[in-house]
Amino acid sequence: MKIIAKKPESLTGAKYHYCPGCTHGIIHRLVAEVMDELDIREQTIGICPVGCSVLAYDYFNCDMLEAAHGRAPAIATAIKRLLPDRYLFTYQGDGDLASIGMGEIVHASMRGEKITTIFVNNTLYGMTGGQMAPTTLLGQVTTTSPYGRKAEWEGYPAKMCELLSINEGAAYVCRTAVNNPANIIKTKKAIKKAFQIQAEGLGFTMVEVLSTCPTNWGLSPTDALKWMEEHMIPYYPLGEFKVKGE
Amino acid sequence: MQRVLMKGNEAIAEGAIRAGCKGFFGYPITPSSEIAEYMARKMPALGGVFVQAESELAAINMVYGGAATGSRVMTASSGPGISLKQEGISFLAEGELPCLIVDICRGGPGLGGIQPSQADYFQATRGGGHGDYHIIVLAPSSAQEMMDFTMLGFELADKHRSPVMIMAEGTLGNLIEPVVLRDAVTEFVDKPWAITGCRGRQPNIVNTLHMPVELLQTRNQHLTKKYEAIRSEEIRSEEFMTEDADLILVAYGIMARIARKAVINARQLGLKTGLIRPITLWPYPYETLGRAARHCKAMVSVEISTVGQMIEDIRLAAEGKVPVHYIGEIGRTPNPEEITQQLLAIAEREGLR
Amino acid sequence: MSQEQQVLFAGFGGQGVISMGQFLTHLAMHTGKEVSCALSYGAEMRGGTANCLVTISDEEISSPLTENPMTAIIMNLPSLERFEDKIKPNGTLVLNSSMVDRLPQREDVEVLQMPVNMLADQLGTARVANMVLLGAFVEKKGLMDIDQALDYLEVVFKGKKESVIAKNKEAFLVGVEYARKEWK
Repeated sequence: MKIIAKKPESLTGAKYHYCPGCTHGIIHRLVAEVMDELDIREQTIGICPVGCSVLAYDYFNCDMLEAAHGRAPAIATAIKRLLPDRYLFTYQGDGDLASIGMGEIVHASMRGEKITTIFVNNTLYGMTGGQMAPTTLLGQVTTTSPYGRKAEWEGYPAKMCELLSINEGAAYVCRTAVNNPANIIKTKKAIKKAFQIQAEGLGFTMVEVLSTCPTNWGLSPTDALKWMEEHMIPYYPLGEFKVKGE
Repeated sequence: MQRVLMKGNEAIAEGAIRAGCKGFFGYPITPSSEIAEYMARKMPALGGVFVQAESELAAINMVYGGAATGSRVMTASSGPGISLKQEGISFLAEGELPCLIVDICRGGPGLGGIQPSQADYFQATRGGGHGDYHIIVLAPSSAQEMMDFTMLGFELADKHRSPVMIMAEGTLGNLIEPVVLRDAVTEFVDKPWAITGCRGRQPNIVNTLHMPVELLQTRNQHLTKKYEAIRSEEIRSEEFMTEDADLILVAYGIMARIARKAVINARQLGLKTGLIRPITLWPYPYETLGRAARHCKAMVSVEISTVGQMIEDIRLAAEGKVPVHYIGEIGRTPNPEEITQQLLAIAEREGLR
Repeated sequence: MSQEQQVLFAGFGGQGVISMGQFLTHLAMHTGKEVSCALSYGAEMRGGTANCLVTISDEEISSPLTENPMTAIIMNLPSLERFEDKIKPNGTLVLNSSMVDRLPQREDVEVLQMPVNMLADQLGTARVANMVLLGAFVEKKGLMDIDQALDYLEVVFKGKKESVIAKNKEAFLVGVEYARKEWK
């Protein structure tokens, strides 16, 4: 029998707790495939956030540490400085990274910490029941923006790639989406590139992945993908924002 | 024995280096910044890591990450900064990550002032962060002890897999005294739980989330057992002239030295006084104080604080057997002469003269 | 210095008050004593008040602080106002008479006066005023051999320019000479 697809070794195989249609599972798999392909599972340390992916330590088959809300980049900083030949990644949602952890991510990128951040943007706080996040789009209804996000009340959605890419310390900043197979392949390429640039020691690397939350958006999984294409991608353009040396 | 002059703060930093500290993560705040400055100068040449963090929160979380690698790591701050670190300290306690946290206390609440204080006693000994936990707290009283307790702190942290705090007053951080430099530590305990990359073993996880209630209960019971072990093994205190004392002072840190002088002065004036000095503020020497309360006539808490913080522990230890008086002020370190005068007044009230 | 001695140094920040205390601390340590130097600054470092208290003893020092030191080195008038009453009876007040234009009101203390700023100006720099006074104090109290003291200056000023060290030694000796002539 010829094996044409299998579970990456860098995943434990534990059953995901994610909701139907949630794209965290895809993104986990992409990170794991990259770890397999680069053969770095045993040299990699992952930091998971507080948010939907808080249990990511159950899924990644490498040394994992679960951080306080927003602090993953600070934790990764210390580990990388003490163990400079390991691969460090943080896996963070939009509330974790762009709200309570804004300080940590901005400073880690400014210092040029040689870590890779996987930033999953689904425009709201999923785990706590769909509250507004810094990345919630204008007009978007959440439980804490029940009249739709208004710029004069809640300000504008955070564009993290644009913000972090201006830092000298940022070596690779890229935004991708997992709405279709082509973009999923591009996402994996970007994650791989980020790990490779980390290995070269060029500086901070981040891949922002636009993700869906069918449960809290109140949409079916397929409608959620469509919503992402129609609303998120126009506001959060895909592509590489910073590639050091290019 | 070679002695060198050092400020208390420098003695802490040098002690940490000799204890094998490989990472310092901090944020500047008076009166503790000299510790960070010393480490910034020394660490690069020693192959250690120094990071000036963007905030106290980031600093304590860097300690969290650094400790998780199994390296000896530390941070230093003062009252307002320690308040900010409390979230991280709670995580460190639950993650059972050994590390050293230094609090060179200043006056508060709020921004307070940069003058000496012992007003962080509550937040040090009561587990200032959320949840069911304790951390070991050591209170040095000389520049030598700043070095020695720092080294001891790292040992206890590794032994019990717990954060350890050094709590000292700004006066002591600034005090210049001869210090005997201790030999560098060369033997360290194994840390098979450390997060270092899983080459040749199953992955390690450092985690503080325990969702099913049974997991949470098991976890907290485990911690509680550990705290019981620490209570039975690590309580440290000193007694001075307590045997026949009518009036027993209780003071820690630099105040213990000053109170000791006051005891000598008061004895010369015919007042039978003695001193108990708690060295570990947690676990607290309740038994030593309780024994003393059975034969003395009154106790006095001497603190650099106005509301009185440690006095609560003295009352717990005394179990109502003797009255517990209070001598305290904030912003400056009282002199032995002033304390002696107040002791005479207390003795008068208690009919001991 | 058989029993515990406490010496207070007080003046403006920038007058080298702390350096004097630190020097005496070094000196005590090198002669095998127990010593403790407690620093106290005003809120502002330069121009504010500064004082430090040096405790020297043959035994372990119980308290590094006191309300009533035996000796005070007073570098300016506000310091005299603040500390005059605090000195122990039969104690010593050393006054910088360039900055302190009155005598203490107390009669139960030994008073040693010295125009420190004038002597320093004669050396070409006010920055060594503290060393002039320290030289006189060490000589008067017989705290240690003067040649030995000059050696410790090398230790204390380690890393400073040769010319700076030379100037401080010169100032120290001016103080020693002054004490021999005027404080007999």
